[in-house]
Amino acid sequence: MDRFVALLMGFLSVVLVNNFVFTKFLGTCPYLGVSGRVDRALGMGLAVTFVTALSGTLTWMVDAWVLTPLHLEITRYICYIVVIAGTVQLVEMYVRKFFPSLYEAFGIFLPLISTNCVILGICLFLDIWGTNNLLEAIVVSTGTGIGFTVAICIMAAIREELALSDVPEALRGAPITLITAGLLTLAFMGFAGMIK
Amino acid sequence: MSASNGSTPGLYSKALFTGLWRENPTFRLMIGMCPPLAVTTAVKPALTMGLSVIFVLVCSNLVVSLMRNLLKPHLRIIMFTVTIATFVTICDLFLKAYQPRMSEILGAYVPLIIVNCIIIFRAEACASKSGPVVSILDGIGMGVGFTLALCILSAVRELLATGHIFDIQVMPKAFVPWLAMQMPVGAFVTLGLILGLINVLTRKRAASTEESEATASEPATGQLSATA
Repeated sequence: MDRFVALLMGFLSVVLVNNFVFTKFLGTCPYLGVSGRVDRALGMGLAVTFVTALSGTLTWMVDAWVLTPLHLEITRYICYIVVIAGTVQLVEMYVRKFFPSLYEAFGIFLPLISTNCVILGICLFLDIWGTNNLLEAIVVSTGTGIGFTVAICIMAAIREELALSDVPEALRGAPITLITAGLLTLAFMGFAGMIK
Repeated sequence: MSASNGSTPGLYSKALFTGLWRENPTFRLMIGMCPPLAVTTAVKPALTMGLSVIFVLVCSNLVVSLMRNLLKPHLRIIMFTVTIATFVTICDLFLKAYQPRMSEILGAYVPLIIVNCIIIFRAEACASKSGPVVSILDGIGMGVGFTLALCILSAVRELLATGHIFDIQVMPKAFVPWLAMQMPVGAFVTLGLILGLINVLTRKRAASTEESEATASEPATGQLSATA
């Protein structure tokens, strides 16, 4: 039971309290760039979640079972990148085969997921946070992806409204998006006291 | 290929200077937004970050440019990222050995240079198409432009959050530090306002040079907000 609670806390922590977009600024490029429509943002978020969960888990396994016993930590970043690129390739092929319309909608963004900071970020932070069992790695990396999805969907919804509002001319486009993101961050800081 | 024979000096200066302002990665292209927001709580880490990015950008541009004829279309991105990851590893180990404190502050953001869009973007847009000299100059220009952006942003944030820059007291003693500037919200809002300021300045300059065009576009935008 204790273990379950710990896992749940870890999950909530990466979704709300330590949300990668709001506290670590990872994945801000797609967050500020492509999020104009909620449905597309949701699709993007789900793709990222899938890749994050898969590659977070895989890199944790590679790190714990191959690199550390063989003392090859120096090649860590290169291994991470290769694992991530492989995972993205897999997802790309899968989506192209089974969801062609979604594939069309993503366009260039799908291959670019491999350079999304969230994914390499979770691989690195799993190591920094000292995650020491497989289940925890799976839960935390899935949670990170879901946190990203939550952030990007909220932003997309706000931007839909923002497109119709009367913003000062100089602040139109990117500046107002950044300021909105700042206010959202402030809102999410309210969760900070929830989990120590 | 033709770029490397040196017959067009204009090309070199263009490669060097576009990144500084006209295509400044942070302020103009809005790519690689993670470090400008994450490491700009103070000038020193921002400068370290900027120098690391210059190193990685120049080295990876050089290597990508040298192997540009070997690139396969479907393996391009992975070849770029593996090259970049190699140089980032070098950079990370160097920082750990000689600047342990900075390495600790920057933490995961040094390895995250690997996925910084600027570096892949330059590899794709410039280095994979042009000769080594142009690629190196382009790397320097883009890198310095990025570093400048980081320094401006971090100077504003450090000044308002602590009242000093580089441990030199700038604000009077009575200055009440704005702690919010050190939090994520400070990063987003500062960058947003700086971008807004740049918009105002460029628009003013454009308006003074092309008075007639500016007046012509004004009613159009007014109409747009009216329909909204």
